[in-house]
Amino acid sequence: MTSHFGLMVIFALFVSVVFATLMRDEPREQLTFGARLFGGFVGAGTLIGWLLYPLPI
Amino acid sequence: MRATTADRAQPAATAYLICAAAWLLPGLGHFWLGRRQKGATFLVALTLMFTFGLWLEGALFPFQVSQPLVALGALADIGIGLPYIIARTIGAGTGRVVAITYEYGNTFVIVAGLLNMLIVLDAFDIAKGRK
Repeated sequence: MTSHFGLMVIFALFVSVVFATLMRDEPREQLTFGARLFGGFVGAGTLIGWLLYPLPI
Repeated sequence: MRATTADRAQPAATAYLICAAAWLLPGLGHFWLGRRQKGATFLVALTLMFTFGLWLEGALFPFQVSQPLVALGALADIGIGLPYIIARTIGAGTGRVVAITYEYGNTFVIVAGLLNMLIVLDAFDIAKGRK
């Protein structure tokens, strides 16, 4: 388990589950909000990684 | 999903006891307040996240006043409560700096502790009748 992307996805999953459970009361709302958060985390992570790719860091 | 116990504000002493319970075991505060689904989710998610961080060879930082960032990391680690105490007791979380997953492991362990602190604050708000 050394894939950077895989670890980011797992991290995003844990954080999304906790935040969705914390911020919504109904299970259905939690699922919707959690899915949106998860998509946002993974999408933003991928986008930022792609933007940083040309930088020599 | 409305809770039964949380519908009325708890006395101050009980609210602080709930906070202590919520810190000690992730989700226990919400269980106490009758929000079982939330409590179970927090217990499973945070315990898994913390364990996963240790499996990735992350470290449990020591309190070192001479290194403020390490001390802050230690404070965040302790936020998870009982899993931290168990890990310390069995000698887990020594961390292997040369492991490729070391920094990832640290991130998982630290964020699990910080998220539990957030959950403690949520349990306090519910206990005080604010949510």
